[in-house]
Amino acid sequence: MYTQALDTHGREPVPAPAAEGAATATRFQARIDADEKIEPKDWMPEAYRQTLIRQISQHAHSEIVGMLPEGNWISRAPSLRRKAVLIAKVQDEGGHGMYLYSAAETLGVARAQLVEQLLSGAAKYSSIFNYPTLTWADVGAIGWLVDGAAIMNQIPICRCSYGPYARAMVRICKEESFHQRQGFEIMLTLAQGSDAQHAMAQDALNRWWWPSIMMFGPPDGDSKHTAQSMAWKIKRFSNDELRQKFIDVTVPQAQFLGLTIPDPLLHWDEATQHFAIGPIDWSEFHAVLKGNGPCNRERLEARRAAHAAGAWVRDAAAAYAAKRGAQAHEGGKS
Amino acid sequence: MSAGSAAAVRRDRALGEALFRYVLRLADTSLVLGQRLGEWVGHAPVLEEDLGLANLALDLIGQARLLLTYAGEIEGKGRDEDALAYLRDAPEFLNLTLAEQPNGDFAHTIVRQWLIDAWQLEIYSDLAGSSDERLAAIAAKALKETRYHHRFSSGWLARLGDGTAESRGRTQAALDSLWRFTAELFAADEVDERMAAAGIAAPLVPAAERWSARVAADLGAATLALPAPQAHPWYGKRGVHTEHLGHLLGEMQHLQRTYPGVRW
Amino acid sequence: MSDPTTGAPAADWPLYEVFIRSRSGLEHKHVGSLHAADARMAVEHARDVYTRRQEGVSIWVVRSADIVASDPAEADALFEPARDKVYRHPTFYAIPDEVKNL
Repeated sequence: MYTQALDTHGREPVPAPAAEGAATATRFQARIDADEKIEPKDWMPEAYRQTLIRQISQHAHSEIVGMLPEGNWISRAPSLRRKAVLIAKVQDEGGHGMYLYSAAETLGVARAQLVEQLLSGAAKYSSIFNYPTLTWADVGAIGWLVDGAAIMNQIPICRCSYGPYARAMVRICKEESFHQRQGFEIMLTLAQGSDAQHAMAQDALNRWWWPSIMMFGPPDGDSKHTAQSMAWKIKRFSNDELRQKFIDVTVPQAQFLGLTIPDPLLHWDEATQHFAIGPIDWSEFHAVLKGNGPCNRERLEARRAAHAAGAWVRDAAAAYAAKRGAQAHEGGKS
Repeated sequence: MSAGSAAAVRRDRALGEALFRYVLRLADTSLVLGQRLGEWVGHAPVLEEDLGLANLALDLIGQARLLLTYAGEIEGKGRDEDALAYLRDAPEFLNLTLAEQPNGDFAHTIVRQWLIDAWQLEIYSDLAGSSDERLAAIAAKALKETRYHHRFSSGWLARLGDGTAESRGRTQAALDSLWRFTAELFAADEVDERMAAAGIAAPLVPAAERWSARVAADLGAATLALPAPQAHPWYGKRGVHTEHLGHLLGEMQHLQRTYPGVRW
Repeated sequence: MSDPTTGAPAADWPLYEVFIRSRSGLEHKHVGSLHAADARMAVEHARDVYTRRQEGVSIWVVRSADIVASDPAEADALFEPARDKVYRHPTFYAIPDEVKNL
């Protein structure tokens, strides 16, 4: 999900060197077409490897950065149950980041490199996390809309061609549905609560609806290299397909909540049997992608600060282990 | 409550009040410490530690919820876990002063954690044999969590104490700074005495000795120096706190205070 | 913190592969990898990352560098020959139905 086809937007995949040979490439594509999984150390075109590294790491970075807008409300969660659930959710997101970094590392890149790319601003992550969480209702909106959109994108990737990525996605999808339910439950409680709570929920929906729609990435017409990703079974559905699916599923949920989606042009189209929406403001999307969203700077600064402040801790652990050899503090028997 | 003499009734009520306060001390310590750990999420030195610290926070909040619920039942005024957590003011909180100290750097957080983990190990293992069945059950569960917490915190204490010169300096400084709050851990007062007399809690002197032995062993493994005893008494257990608790509660309780009487 | 000579990011803690036995009676299964400074920490990280939903009764962690894997390029030589030795499978043999316990 948090890939948004960012890497295919206007960039050429690395062309295969002649030495790789047409026969090898054909055999590789035949494996993909037969729904075989590609595993680490299997031969793969360099472009396939690089596309995966970029997509998986963007997804991982998104999970990590995503811990911040929600982590912002842990200390202020309005009940102990909500506090515990929110900590568990954010912990899961960290875990998802870990599964994904782990999958990316099987392709020959080190976590330190990936982290460096994120902190330097070179790597992209999902634009949705560059928006601020201003009220408790934002926590609900994120769970309901953002995790909802994520699930929509992630389920097809469970069948992607690269084994470690597919397996990571299966784990993630299992955990993700609790996230969406948590968010929806918060929205329901607020929407059915006092006038002030209802207004809080409506305000959050007003601010999170369009950014959530934009999570699916630019329209298919603007995505030049989707075709290759589809052929390699890294991407399974187009941006517009997933976006439409999300809208069709979510509008009735908003109706159930008694909240109004902030789109005066939203309507059910009898002919297409889908909900049709008003125009999306892609200039905002591009601005946020370029680093000019409301929280881009704060998110990266927070990650840089944590990384910098943690350097002496990481060094200490490494020094301790070196002093005692790799078997420091034996964990125990199996 | 037994029927009978006024003295017996008075004794039971006094016991009930003491038990209420005793349980709140445990509950508030877990709650405040859990709240502090929650502040680390997304800011830990390495992603794996974000998960580790979050895990500790979840365990502690879970303990707080069980203990606060029980405390509310003992009190008998209809206050549930949230009413107690979100609507009491600082003087009514009975957590150890140590728990409310700010996170500081990772060394501060680890030292604070380790000191309380070692305390909870003694308290919960004694309470697992309590004459109060509810407390015994809560303590038995919490003890398993605390064993893991102590493994985690003492492991980090050793890595930081015996890592680099910088990590040792920071950790010794954290230890020297937080040590003054440890006098409160096993200082018995009338609440503790009532609990011991009723067989609900164990006497604190043996627990203190075991704690001291474990602390000395862990410090030895970490190549850190035991700080000198510091005399100034702290009374968090009696509702007299440092300035930190007010700010912590202000943040934690904000929503419930701003929108009173609604469901969340 | 970067390496002052190369400017490269400071190295990660070593990578460990994680294997979890989810229930008594099952084998350990590979679930992914994580970084840890030492073996004890690796077990704790594995516990925190991979067993939050009661998915484990036993954890193995192995430094990734210690894993010896077969080379996919040799897959044909290693695994192809087993394909035509169907006599290793019980269904290859025709046993009359009246014979029991075989």
